[in-house]
Amino acid sequence: MSARPVAFINARLLDPESGYDGPGSLIVSAGAIADLSKGVNASDLSQDMRVIDAQGALLCPGLIDLRVKTGEPGAEPKETLKSAARAAAAGGVTSIVVQPDTDPVIDDPAVVDFILRRARDIELVHVYPAGAATEGLRGLGMAEIGLMREAGCVYVTNVDSPIRDSRVMRRLLAYAGGLGVLVSHRPSDPWLSADAVATEGEFAGRMGLAAEPVAGETIMLERDMALVELTGARFMVDQISAAAPLESLARAKARGLPVIATASINHLSFNELDIGDYRTFCKLAPPLRCEDDRLALVDSLASGLVDIVVSAHAPAPPEEKRLPYDEAAPGAIGLQTLLPALLTLHHEGRVPLARLIGAVTLGPARAIGSSAGRLSVGSPADLVLCDIDAPILIDAAALISKSKNSAFDGRRLQGAVLMTLVDGRIVHEA
Amino acid sequence: MTALAPGVDEARTRAFPFPGRNFLSILDLDPVHVGELLNLADGFVALNRQKSKKLDLLKGRTLINLFFEASTRTQSSFELAGKRLGADVVNMSPRASSIVKGETLVDTAVTLNAMQPDILVVRHASSGAASLLSQKVSCSVINAGDGQHEHPTQALLDALSMRRAFGHVDGLTVAICGDVLHSRVARSNVALLTMLGANVRVVGPPTLMPADVDRWGVEVHQDLKTGIAGADVVMMLRLQLERMQGVLVPSTREYFRLWGLDREKLARAAEGVRVMHPGPMNRGVEIDSDVADDLAVSLIQDQVEMGVAVRMAVLAALAARLENR
Repeated sequence: MSARPVAFINARLLDPESGYDGPGSLIVSAGAIADLSKGVNASDLSQDMRVIDAQGALLCPGLIDLRVKTGEPGAEPKETLKSAARAAAAGGVTSIVVQPDTDPVIDDPAVVDFILRRARDIELVHVYPAGAATEGLRGLGMAEIGLMREAGCVYVTNVDSPIRDSRVMRRLLAYAGGLGVLVSHRPSDPWLSADAVATEGEFAGRMGLAAEPVAGETIMLERDMALVELTGARFMVDQISAAAPLESLARAKARGLPVIATASINHLSFNELDIGDYRTFCKLAPPLRCEDDRLALVDSLASGLVDIVVSAHAPAPPEEKRLPYDEAAPGAIGLQTLLPALLTLHHEGRVPLARLIGAVTLGPARAIGSSAGRLSVGSPADLVLCDIDAPILIDAAALISKSKNSAFDGRRLQGAVLMTLVDGRIVHEA
Repeated sequence: MTALAPGVDEARTRAFPFPGRNFLSILDLDPVHVGELLNLADGFVALNRQKSKKLDLLKGRTLINLFFEASTRTQSSFELAGKRLGADVVNMSPRASSIVKGETLVDTAVTLNAMQPDILVVRHASSGAASLLSQKVSCSVINAGDGQHEHPTQALLDALSMRRAFGHVDGLTVAICGDVLHSRVARSNVALLTMLGANVRVVGPPTLMPADVDRWGVEVHQDLKTGIAGADVVMMLRLQLERMQGVLVPSTREYFRLWGLDREKLARAAEGVRVMHPGPMNRGVEIDSDVADDLAVSLIQDQVEMGVAVRMAVLAALAARLENR
């Protein structure tokens, strides 16, 4: 089924690959970008085209979100692939990478295949599975990394169960590196972070919350960097969150190690004080850090030290969140709020717009070897049209996700997604 | 002035009703309200020493004690306080309730709330639990201890004990010693005593101190001997037994040697020093029986007596607010 060709005119085109940020028009045909120009040639427009006057709105590649949890398979009341895909489309996210901590765990090519078939049936946004790095995410034996890659997984990760055993990690990196598979790992020392629900400091101390020091993140990151140096594997730091580990990352990059890093939009937007009176929607893993850490993270995004921004979408229903803080599940949803929340950093003048968009398009596309994430003739027509100045009020209850645990509930942001296209099909239109 | 009992001035409870619907934290109070609550409690101390201890300030009111953590003294203290003011008091404990059957804290609270109680007294092992409950129910909630966060009525009864012993709280040097990290009593006391103008010190091994405790407006001491030097009040905290097995401190005997209060160490405190403990005590761990049982220095029995009076004051002030509403 081939969608009707679409022509966008009077748009503000932003291509993170070429760096072009200016007026132009773009023609979508047969699922790909067919033409790009600064002006409009009437001869390019044909009768059967749908012509959309963008009126100066931003037209950029659709967002690629490398860290999304759904409840499928195993916990569908939280979120299904379909509800997550609908939330993604409404948020201008055209590709999602689902995490393997499902039930059953994605540690087997058959589960990879299941996810891909479900996604194909839903036919909304691209869904790619990440595979479990270790069998059952238990951190002991390796999962079938090679077979899962053949089946279509785009990287491997142990999600929120850090691999404690350094020998397992070394072998994983050597093996995955040999196959050219990207390994993602969240740096967290399991002993220092045991039972912790907040970041150690004055705030957690006064609130009486069990807390972990930032040093736990630094220690694990330093270990991983040493093992990357030993094995030469491609490595992605999952959700770096504080100033001290950012210094470790900078040293590793300066040594030329094949390392990239992600940051979650939550850690770029909030600090520990947002927990306020024990708001469980702000209970995250890693926990929210102090304001100095947040600002260091924002600066690192601006400088390019942090390559990629993820939503860290983690749906949790009321029965997992409406609990005392230490009993509540960590995580917040974020697919629909990722783009406007990111634009806050542009409106505040902290990070250039092109850099922000690059961190959710070209950066993740390169990480998973996707040809999307750029505006060039022939690349997939995964696009988002966004009025970046339009004020919006986030009402968690009105978000599409089946779970409503948004840390942005009640926040006023700027940036309304007007239209989302995946392979040239309009999957969302405001 | 309606004198209900010697020293109990009902008119003043109406003039200074509780400032909010709930009592979750010392930060819900200001120094004026603290002073009024302590004055009121002074009156209840006198009442409680009479043969007839009953008033009807809470007549017709229902108070539910909801204690998810075992407690003898706080629960019975609230129960007596409620009954002496004429309220109907119901005690709920987790074993008897359906919490064990998987019902959540909020569901339990909503269920109890539907029975139209006026005041819910809550103790729970999680910090913030009382605040969470207060958001889901329409009655008043009193925090009787939430995890490692706060135990505000304990701080009030400690302040009352000090005020009665010394005549004032401002200017006193108070050393809070031991496991400050896990202590809600310490947090509430630091908040209240600093508000009232006392000089507060926290004393204990670094493994039992919260991060950045120096930003709490207190002096931080590691050595008990210097920590209690010149102190007017030495408040010892309970050390949970499970925290002693080599994890946070090497052993009980080492802990007692370095941080346990005995008469020799106490000699460094100010003349006329008074010793306090929120109970229950681990004798021979954080405090020597010789000190704990010496009525010339120990305020520990007074604290229990003040507990009932202070809780009566809080209940009376909350009831006055309910009347005004």
